Amino acid sequence: MSENVITVSKLDLWYGAFQALIGVNMAVEKQKITALIGPSGCGKSTLLRVLNRMNDLIPGVKITGEVLLEGRNIYAPGVDVCALRANVGMVFQRPNPFPLSVWDNVAFGLKVAGQRGGQRVEEIVERSLRGAWLWDNVKDKLDHSALELPLDQQQRLCVARLLAIEPEVILMDEPCSALDPIATAKIEELMLELVQKYTIVIVTHNMQQAARISHYSGYMLLGEMIEFSETNRIFTNPKDKRTDDYISGRYG
Amino acid sequence: MERHFDEQLNELKHLLIKMCALAETMIGDAVKALVQRDATALPFIRQHEAEVNRLQVEIDEACFTMIALRQPTASDLRFILGAAKTNTDLERLADQAVNIANKAERLMKHDPIKPFVIIPQMTELARGMVRDSLHAYVNRQPDQAREVIQRDRQLNALKSEIGDEMLGFMQKDPSLVPYSLDIVLVSHNLERIGDHAKNIAENAIFVIEGKDIRHGTEFRTDLPSA
Repeated sequence: MSENVITVSKLDLWYGAFQALIGVNMAVEKQKITALIGPSGCGKSTLLRVLNRMNDLIPGVKITGEVLLEGRNIYAPGVDVCALRANVGMVFQRPNPFPLSVWDNVAFGLKVAGQRGGQRVEEIVERSLRGAWLWDNVKDKLDHSALELPLDQQQRLCVARLLAIEPEVILMDEPCSALDPIATAKIEELMLELVQKYTIVIVTHNMQQAARISHYSGYMLLGEMIEFSETNRIFTNPKDKRTDDYISGRYG
Repeated sequence: MERHFDEQLNELKHLLIKMCALAETMIGDAVKALVQRDATALPFIRQHEAEVNRLQVEIDEACFTMIALRQPTASDLRFILGAAKTNTDLERLADQAVNIANKAERLMKHDPIKPFVIIPQMTELARGMVRDSLHAYVNRQPDQAREVIQRDRQLNALKSEIGDEMLGFMQKDPSLVPYSLDIVLVSHNLERIGDHAKNIAENAIFVIEGKDIRHGTEFRTDLPSA
């Protein structure tokens, strides 16, 4: 039986007077990759940021509708937003490691959560770096600044930093757009590995990437979810002509 | 770097190998029914045919999906296009086995005009070509593929031999025309199986080397070289 980790229902979002999301419905299945695609400004990044309340930081945002994480509304009063973001982590377009050592980047979340050094932290750091396929690259320079790493390793370090705090869901906002094709392929393979344990939602303006790695795809246009389905169906036989036009490059 | 995509390509290979094994069994069983006048294998041939048809649809679907989702290029693209073509050849050659089985059902009611010699020879040759052409494709063996293509001539020669022989019977005794004609048609079915195996072998060379050698282009000098 498939199980949905996140369910978005009738979601509307306004930035001031501008409505950026209109009646969006979406279900994110556990341990699958869900991709959001669509032209620039269609609302895909906004929708992604709804899932761990990153939009809360933007003034003038108003949200109605429901976003359930494991059955609980994340917009209900009294929700611990820090705990939510630990459970629903995010990887951004540009790798954003802290200006700290490789080790401290990965251990950072643990320290925030109150774990202070010792065997357990060591174990978690190594396991997280291995989980992000980075251990072999950095095991001899754990005390080097993270900013010295090549971009793709920095991006995988950001993934390792998330893994350390064991989120359930990983959100990725165009995680490969700053990377070359080889580095992109590595991140994609990593995602296919991670999805055995984690649930991933990715925003990508690279349609081919969505096709290659995702299990479900949602095509968005002007704030609406035009079509949401299995990726196989979206890329071989979409139901909506607007999806077909976008996928086949006639529009967008 | 090992790619997840490679797993999908391997699955595709396994489907083709399975289909090929079924087709090969069907050919053997159909001719056995004819030569030994034994109908026991006939229902299995029909069952296998249904399975081959199902695999044909599954393989086409897999190729279609992989092209849409993976946008394969270079050797991956050649392999997937090759799989779709090989798929068609395997299904058609399995149909030829069904045609042989249909004739075997008719022919086994009559005493043979003479002992079967050339038909079993053709069968072994054709089955070997089918097996080896797919082996060449799946395991990237261009030499083996070229060798299969050469074998097709032997099959054609044997078919002519049967044609001449049966023509002799028909001229001597017109009552033998229906039987002889069916035997000629069986030899034609076997020869067609060889043609499909040859297609698979030519296709294998395209997949491995990126060289299109169909229509004898490899041995002709009047065409611009690739």
